[in-house]
Amino acid sequence: MCVPLIRLVLHPLLRSTTPVAWCDVGTVDELVSINTPTRKIVLMEQRDGWRKVVSEKAIYVIKDAGGQLAVLSSVCPHLGCSVPWVAEKNEFVCPCHIGRFASDGKLLGGPPPRGMDHLESRVENGVLQVHYQYFRQLVSFKEVIG
Amino acid sequence: MEIEKPGPGNKAERAPSHAKIFRWLDRRAGLNELLHTALDEPIPGGARLAYVCGSGLLFLFLSQVITGVFLALYYVPSADHAHTTVAYITKEVTGGSFLRTVHAYGSSAIIIVLLLHTTQTFFYGAYKGRRELLWLAGCILFALMLGMAFTGYLLPWDQKAYFATTVGTNILSEVPLVGNALKRLLRGGTEMGTLTLSRFFVLHVFLIPACIFAFVAIHVYLFRRAGAAGPIEAPKRPAETFYPRQVVLDLFFAIVIIGCLGVLAHYAPTDLGPKANPADTQYLPRPEWYYLPVFQWLKYWRGSLAVVGILVIPGIIALIFLLLPFLDRRPERRPWKRPLAVTTYAAIFVGLGILGGLSRHDDLRDPVTAVQTARQHEDVKAFMKEPFEPELSGSSVGIVNATLASANPLAAKGKEIFEQLSCNACHGEGGFGSAAAPKLTGVSGKFSSEKLETLLRHPSVGMTQGGMQPVDLKDEELKALIAYVENLK
Repeated sequence: MCVPLIRLVLHPLLRSTTPVAWCDVGTVDELVSINTPTRKIVLMEQRDGWRKVVSEKAIYVIKDAGGQLAVLSSVCPHLGCSVPWVAEKNEFVCPCHIGRFASDGKLLGGPPPRGMDHLESRVENGVLQVHYQYFRQLVSFKEVIG
Repeated sequence: MEIEKPGPGNKAERAPSHAKIFRWLDRRAGLNELLHTALDEPIPGGARLAYVCGSGLLFLFLSQVITGVFLALYYVPSADHAHTTVAYITKEVTGGSFLRTVHAYGSSAIIIVLLLHTTQTFFYGAYKGRRELLWLAGCILFALMLGMAFTGYLLPWDQKAYFATTVGTNILSEVPLVGNALKRLLRGGTEMGTLTLSRFFVLHVFLIPACIFAFVAIHVYLFRRAGAAGPIEAPKRPAETFYPRQVVLDLFFAIVIIGCLGVLAHYAPTDLGPKANPADTQYLPRPEWYYLPVFQWLKYWRGSLAVVGILVIPGIIALIFLLLPFLDRRPERRPWKRPLAVTTYAAIFVGLGILGGLSRHDDLRDPVTAVQTARQHEDVKAFMKEPFEPELSGSSVGIVNATLASANPLAAKGKEIFEQLSCNACHGEGGFGSAAAPKLTGVSGKFSSEKLETLLRHPSVGMTQGGMQPVDLKDEELKALIAYVENLK
């Protein structure tokens, strides 16, 4: 009798992980002409037990060195503040502790232990899609936490 | 149970570690005395399998408490979420269906063992000999257990739960003068709703269990004070202590009970019907098997006589039952020497059985009822086959709507039409479906736009039977509606 009770309690640990959800960012045609990091809002669908939660997440679409579209998380890898793009300075500046990042997300200065996190992206039927994830903060390496 | 007293040079100093721990605890908590009180109770005539019902009931109640607490990890007592959370427990949570079944069947098992215990107490005349208070406490426990079964029945908030409880609470209206006020008090309003669920949840989880714990304590105390009644006739064997043989027999019974519940839960898990739909006018509610005799009895009392059948007669029977030890004061315990009492009890018992049987028989005999109950059964089976559909959180609905409006103005207009035509009344908010009509989410993967247009203008026979009306809209409005329906995911 204890076994089903324990299994019931441990269900959140035993449950198989949710398959990767891809969120639409925008059409490639619309994004291909960008020159500076462009803020986009994506809708992320998550399971919260018996609920389905749709939340808005801010991301930045950039062009990498090869001119390909890439996506950065707007979450600061220091303490999780939302990082805005400051066009006048041509860099990302975190308002919480003045962490500074280049337009490709590389760390320029301040307390963050690493650059802005790149999110996995792909193009499907002419639409740029992103796999939104959260990463561990305050460490120099990128580790997925959810 | 005696533990050696420690002392200089005593063997106890060389005692094994478990004995040392026991001695340490005994000095501080008086374990020895406690165990002596609990286990050394004399049983006249010795241990018997016939005496296991009381402890079986206690075991079942504890099983209900434990499984209930664990189910509460996932349950939300609100009309909006109760059904979703029970569906989640049943269809997704690891071990959820098993534990819910053990809990649901456990309530039936309690009623069965309760009837056995009461019948045995009655036939053995075990309520005699200064056991009036013991009997009264037992009767109150009986009523509390029935209250637990009644309040727990509503909690899944499916069709069966909703309509059976609607009928059950309507009975209160028959109480003269204060009937309607009582009904409103229990429901938390004139109609069944989320306040009803909250009230039933509080009764089921806090108030009634607290009363049961209190009355179990009183019942056991009074039982120990009066002593076990023992065999009906002078015992042939000498008295025996509760430990070890009666403890072993009680444990054996507990294992049999949990074994039966486990096997049933594995091979015949309890189901869950579609979410309660108060607008459904076809649904035929039926209570659990132990309330069927009462359900059938109430059918015979209509109009001005209803109060006699519903309150006066059951009230008199309950009062006689309650006052039994005061009415039957003869010391005679042998049932064959108490023909009037035994025959009356047996007649009531058999009468209840016949009423229950008649209820089932009526349902099967009436073709309309038989068809409707079969349809309800099919609905439950169909719902159980569907995968679990998570509920869109309240905060997400606004985000989804805003996104829809900005991304697809035509679909946003279609959403307005969907709500204006009250499509959501049957198909649910966001097209997630309800008991009255299927979900529309993912419908674009099944039908083309043209097919959807045809089905909306000219519903199929199955759709019409389900209550779907032809949609009479201008072409552009219909396109907007289809655009919205195709967006539902």
